[in-house]
Amino acid sequence: MTTPEVAGLAPELAGAKEGQGEKPVLSAGERFTSYDVEAFEVPGGREENWRFTPLKRLRGLHDGSAALDGRAPVTVTAAEGVTVETVGRDDARIGEGGTPADRVAAQAWSAFTEATVVTFDGTPAPLTITIEGPGAGATAAGHLQLRTTPFAEATVVLEHRGSGVLADNLEVVLADSSRLTVVVTEEWADDAVHVTAQHLSVGRDATLKVVSVSLGGDLVRVSPTVTYRAPGGDVELVGLGYADAGQHLEQRLLVDHAVPHCKSNVLYKNALQGRAGTTDAHTVWIGDVLIQAAAENTETFEFNRNLVLTEHARADSVPNLEIETGEIVSAGHASATGRFDDEQLFYLQSRGIPQDQARRLVVRAFFGEILQRIPTHGPGGLPDLRERLEAAIEAELAVTGV
Amino acid sequence: MSTLEIKDLHASVSTDDGPKPILRGVDLTVKAGETHAIMGPNGSGKSTLAYAIAGHPKYEITSGQVLLDGEDVLGMTVDERARAGLFLAMQYPVEVPGVSMANFLRSAATAIRGEAPKLRTWVKEVKGAMSDLGISEEFADRSVNEGFSGGEKKRHEVLQLALLNPKIAILDETDSGLDVDALRVVSEGVNRYRSPENGILLITHYTRILQHITPDFVHVFAGGRVVESGGPELADDLEKNGYERFVREAAAAS
Ligand SMILES: Nc1ncnc2c1ncn2[C@@H]1O[C@H](COP(=O)(O)OP(=O)(O)OP(=O)(O)O)[C@@H](O)[C@H]1O
Ligand SMILES: [Mg+2]
Repeated sequence: MTTPEVAGLAPELAGAKEGQGEKPVLSAGERFTSYDVEAFEVPGGREENWRFTPLKRLRGLHDGSAALDGRAPVTVTAAEGVTVETVGRDDARIGEGGTPADRVAAQAWSAFTEATVVTFDGTPAPLTITIEGPGAGATAAGHLQLRTTPFAEATVVLEHRGSGVLADNLEVVLADSSRLTVVVTEEWADDAVHVTAQHLSVGRDATLKVVSVSLGGDLVRVSPTVTYRAPGGDVELVGLGYADAGQHLEQRLLVDHAVPHCKSNVLYKNALQGRAGTTDAHTVWIGDVLIQAAAENTETFEFNRNLVLTEHARADSVPNLEIETGEIVSAGHASATGRFDDEQLFYLQSRGIPQDQARRLVVRAFFGEILQRIPTHGPGGLPDLRERLEAAIEAELAVTGV
Repeated sequence: MSTLEIKDLHASVSTDDGPKPILRGVDLTVKAGETHAIMGPNGSGKSTLAYAIAGHPKYEITSGQVLLDGEDVLGMTVDERARAGLFLAMQYPVEVPGVSMANFLRSAATAIRGEAPKLRTWVKEVKGAMSDLGISEEFADRSVNEGFSGGEKKRHEVLQLALLNPKIAILDETDSGLDVDALRVVSEGVNRYRSPENGILLITHYTRILQHITPDFVHVFAGGRVVESGGPELADDLEKNGYERFVREAAAAS
């Protein structure tokens, strides 16, 4: 797995390996943002933030032609320490997490009719929220906000399933000294399109962990933006994606260190398996980390690793780290895309393990590092989730007999 | 009663500049119950022979045959060869991050034995084999070979030998990188494996392991082939006089 070879990098990304993007990283504040879809031009595909996304497959989310009249039901049950509210767009809390920075996010914001606000207080038991697609052929806009009260400590699983097209915004607003673990799974049916902006706003001394697992869907594009409202924030973003033939999985992150003494740790791993005669399996990972001049004593690391299992697969990876202060604790970034390590496969096979099983062992090991971050024990533990996701990955592997 | 026959084997390694011939007509037969030592200078092709028999993808067989009990080994995939009863203890065992030793051993034993070993007896079996080789239990949870010292890797190769109990074992410099105590422990492991049903091809540079594991035959390997065969006394000759004579002769012959 330590193959230094960089396979499948887009040719125009010369230098991506070194983490040199073509444009400087704009801070969350410098980026153009608006709640109003009309404030954004319709993307043509050449724009920096759309150039990897197959616009034709967005089903009109980007150009106003999607009706967005479907419903993507949010299922969540209130429990002790968990308040669930359905609110209108005029609720004062909506928008606290951040503002849309691209046209689809703004489109979703302009179109949603009601938002779900889930507040965690104290130390509630782990909560599962399910978002169901609007159904094949339908398009919907959604809005969900997760918030903590000061000193709250909670774990929430956000599961996406079903068919259809969903554009939405997820706000995660952490109060001071609270801790939240969010596991987001994208377990869509094959036809689904999900374009989602995550606005992750971290209060003083708050700790946020987001584990993203992207398995299903035709096109899934997730854009998390991390902002720190005060010093002491600690954010871990980890994710895995498994792109099958024809699937497009895109992760674009901005971690904006604008205040001192904050940490961020980013690790994303994708595996790709394509098939001849179909659109390539495609993963895109953009990791923008900005350390602003004021963000002294920042500690940050980001890493993207891609495992190309077959031909007909393409992994684009662009880590960008921009540092505007010399007073940091540590900052690092890396990206590696490799194929199966022949030596590892040979070793396993030389012990009698059949090739398909040897490959499964290696893939499982590759993702193990991410799945391990899902807590299984203790008060916020999710004993069954990791196993379920492992099984889902096994099933993906079985599909094309890798 | 198993027999491994290597007949006029020629093989090349693929390099950036195209295939490079290494093996130039190896003839060797290892029968059950026999221990053969192969000794030869660096770069003479000993590991290439081992890899070629095991089926490493980097090595291409250009002519010749390898038969295990009359079956064509070269037509088998790597894992089929192992399931047919061949085992290679590697000179440089490969690290497989994220795959635990315990999981790996069980997967291998399941494949070789054709069914998953009963959990209770299996745990006991592994623990016993580990303690025989002075391997502490915590290694079971570590990734395969990852961060193991040279000696620890070699012990684990012999651990696999013990658990998989192949018909024919090729041990490629299993003795190198071991201190005196480890050499004794590892040699004992190999001797436990030794039986009238099993054959061993022991590749080594040094006669010191032959003090522990007495070979029935010693072969000198130079220039990609066996250039001389004899009994254990040949090892003593090599110890005294080195490979010089054979290297010169091999160079003259090619
Ligand atoms: N991948 C490779 N590319 C180029 N040359 C190779 C490659 N693998 C092996 N060789 C060459 O093949 C020859 C035989 O190598 P091999 O490893 O089989 O020797 P050996 O007898 O096992 O040596 P040692 O005693 O050092 O282990 C050497 O000259 C080596 O450099
Ligand atoms: Mg060698």
